[in-house]
Amino acid sequence: MPTLFQQIQAGKVWDFHGGIHPPSRKERTNQKPVALLDIPDRLYIPLRQHIGVPGKVLVKVGDRVLKGQALTQADNAMAVPVHAPTSGTVLAIELHTSAHPSSLAEPTLVLAPDGMDEWRPRRPLDPDQVDIYTLLERIQESGISGMGGAGFPTHIKVNVKQPVDYLIINAVECEPYITADDMLMQERASDIIAGIEILVKLLSPKAVLIGIEDDKPIAAASLKAAIGQKDNYFVREVPTKYPSGGEKQLIQLLTNKEVPAGRRPLDIGIVMQNVGTAFAIAQAVLDDIPLIHRVVTVAGETLAQQQNVLALIGTPVSDLLNACGFQAEPQQRIIIGGPMMGFAIADWSVPVVKTTNCILAPTENELGAASDEMDCIRCGACADACPASLLPQQLLWYSKAKDQDKLAEYNLSDCIECGACAYVCPSEIPLVHYYRVAKADIRETQREALKAEQAKARFDARTERLERDKQERLERNQQLAAQRVAQQQASGQATQSAAAVQQALERTQQQNAQPLDKEQIIAERERKKAEALAYQQQKQQAVTSAPVADDAATPAEDPRKAAIAAALARAKAKKQAEALPEVAAEPAPAEAPAADADAKKAAVAAAIARAKAKKLSQQEPEAAVEPAPAEAPASDVDAKKAAVAAAIARAKAKKLTQQEPEAAVEPASVETPAPDVDAKKAAVAAAIARAKAKKLAEQAQVQQIEPAPAAEVTEPVAAPAESAPEQDAKKAAIAAAIARAKAKKQQNSEPL
Amino acid sequence: MSIITALWALGILALIFGAVLGYAAIRFKVDSDPLVEQIDEILPQTQCGQCGYPGCRPYAEAIANGDDINKCPPGGDATIKKLADLMGVEAKPLDAAQTPAVKRVAFIREDECIGCTKCIQACPVDAIVGASKQMHTVIVDECTGCDLCVEPCPVDCIDMVPLASSIERWKWDLKAIPVKVLES
Repeated sequence: MPTLFQQIQAGKVWDFHGGIHPPSRKERTNQKPVALLDIPDRLYIPLRQHIGVPGKVLVKVGDRVLKGQALTQADNAMAVPVHAPTSGTVLAIELHTSAHPSSLAEPTLVLAPDGMDEWRPRRPLDPDQVDIYTLLERIQESGISGMGGAGFPTHIKVNVKQPVDYLIINAVECEPYITADDMLMQERASDIIAGIEILVKLLSPKAVLIGIEDDKPIAAASLKAAIGQKDNYFVREVPTKYPSGGEKQLIQLLTNKEVPAGRRPLDIGIVMQNVGTAFAIAQAVLDDIPLIHRVVTVAGETLAQQQNVLALIGTPVSDLLNACGFQAEPQQRIIIGGPMMGFAIADWSVPVVKTTNCILAPTENELGAASDEMDCIRCGACADACPASLLPQQLLWYSKAKDQDKLAEYNLSDCIECGACAYVCPSEIPLVHYYRVAKADIRETQREALKAEQAKARFDARTERLERDKQERLERNQQLAAQRVAQQQASGQATQSAAAVQQALERTQQQNAQPLDKEQIIAERERKKAEALAYQQQKQQAVTSAPVADDAATPAEDPRKAAIAAALARAKAKKQAEALPEVAAEPAPAEAPAADADAKKAAVAAAIARAKAKKLSQQEPEAAVEPAPAEAPASDVDAKKAAVAAAIARAKAKKLTQQEPEAAVEPASVETPAPDVDAKKAAVAAAIARAKAKKLAEQAQVQQIEPAPAAEVTEPVAAPAESAPEQDAKKAAIAAAIARAKAKKQQNSEPL
Repeated sequence: MSIITALWALGILALIFGAVLGYAAIRFKVDSDPLVEQIDEILPQTQCGQCGYPGCRPYAEAIANGDDINKCPPGGDATIKKLADLMGVEAKPLDAAQTPAVKRVAFIREDECIGCTKCIQACPVDAIVGASKQMHTVIVDECTGCDLCVEPCPVDCIDMVPLASSIERWKWDLKAIPVKVLES
């Protein structure tokens, strides 16, 4: 049993399943030399002409470019550049109809040739002198991608790590009409062999197999002549059968190996390159001519001259057709590619790209339009013709049902879309169209599944992030709240000490003021003191619930009741204090005529009296202040209210100190039934009012202290604006707003 | 006599099989509910919340607990069909308004954007970039077309535009290739 390599050496050629024999119609063009055309008026060079990503554009509109100059730069392994096919000016970089079955617009560089055809400097390489990396770089820089049809970047395909057994050069060109490779081999066989030698240097295969159909005897002979006596180069003529030029089919023909489903030929030690690609590699390395032109078969009975032409990349199809004597029929169809695998284009300004091997302009009689599709009769002819040994009738069934699972089960992905099944179908069903649609659907589904996965990941990440943020915010708020409580406690102590200082200050002030009319004031004070004391004693007896003095001494006993009592007591004390000055004021006017500026003095005296009365009332509230804080921890609500009231009071006090020079507010109704509303609130409010009054007393030399705010503070949140003096509604409003904001902030922070 | 032997034999067999089955039930017990996972796989993961649940997974859990399968507008009829197959219930028409036939993505008219960040907060997949008082824009590749950003925009500068077709996404039309070569 001879080994595979021995069999190959012996010239054995195998066969593949199925295949068809359509009329080849190659004789129309395979006898004529490749024609050179005039440079067209405009070249439309798509920035991407291969499978992968476009390169980065290097030129801008208005630039003059030289022939062979790179227009884009490969900034990515999957990118290959495009080059200027001739010298000229960049007119635009815009969207232009692409050479793709979709006819969708793609970014395209429009070049206006200047007719000079001026080359950039060229740097040919000697493949024997340079390493393979230089060669690979040159192949990529020259913009070479597979020229057989798919357009896969060549530098990736030939940059292999694993050992390669066979390098197969695909010179089969099995599709009807197309003779571009045939003519290239006939005319440039030695260049092709030089290109193959470069590939051999890159891949180091055991043998080079050149597969060529037996309907190309001249080309085969030319290749054999160019190979000469080289070892392990085998030209293998395979019987003419469509689609023997398919990658997997040719591998089976030449090596009897099958590429497993979903794998690449490289996995079984085989690399295949198109003969046109080998020629492009030779040109790029040996002559430094990047891929700027290619041989294109222009055929069809509407043309006077059916021939192969060497077309610059970017030449519009219409230019090529016109150069070949094109007479359009009504409803003329123009097909890029062959009749089996090509596609019709609607816009004839589509340019020739690196993968364009044929342009067909057939008459209606030559290539029939699609006829009416009939139902599948399950004859099985398609299964006999299928070169991939699939079951096209089943695939059709599931394609129509859009059953992607079943399509996968029947290996739709192994379909090479050769069209053999559609060709043999007696019901004229365009089977391959259905498969293409189904494949596009599957790709879309996969893409969506991937996108759904990404969306899910992003959604999860976002949810997690929000949760984390919330947690962090909560912690921060708690910290801030703790800080605030600490601050409040600190400031509470501060106010107490400040109160002591204020009292001291007041005393000195009064002492300072006394010299004005010492005896009188002292007398009055004595009297008032006595009266106040008497009154307090009366009150202590009168208030049955709890004596104020005891209350102050033992605040812990019953804070709430104590607070109520204290508030009541204070209110009464204040009332009396208010009433007293009036009494005191009476004698003052009487004495007034006697002394000059007595009115003034009297006023001062009255003020002092009021202040003193307040002081008195302050001293006992001192005790009442304590019950309030004592209560505060008892319930959160109280603490909150207290804080709110305190905030408002602070705001008010500030405002008052600002406007205090002209603040002549009448002593407001202290008797506003504070205790009735809410004893607790009253206590707090009273405390605040006192604090304020103290501050005022401290700052104001004019001793016009009014207990006014006290009343309103009892309903601080409800009507803070009212508390403001009428003169300055605006300031009041601002203060109220600030107070509200503070209250809100506190409310907000506390629930968290 | 023989009937007693038969009864014994059957009885012993029944015991053996019962023991085996009982062991298998413990040994191969399925811990989590794989149904939710399966449903979640089918749902389109747009996280749009149009079903009334905050995301696809909560809806999957709801379906597993017996909610209707026809509440997912982004998934459309295909998703409903798959869910019907999975759940063994009858496929119902979509509950909400008609599904948009084409894939759409959000587009922010950037010169009208005031930079309020409301859409950013609404986006369930963080597909909108921008900062306060800075222009926002949509990352088209990440947008799931869920519409959730349209409503919060105070200046109505967000449009849902059909996704531009590209060569990669294009689907063949059926008149492209001749295939038939007439014999002359």
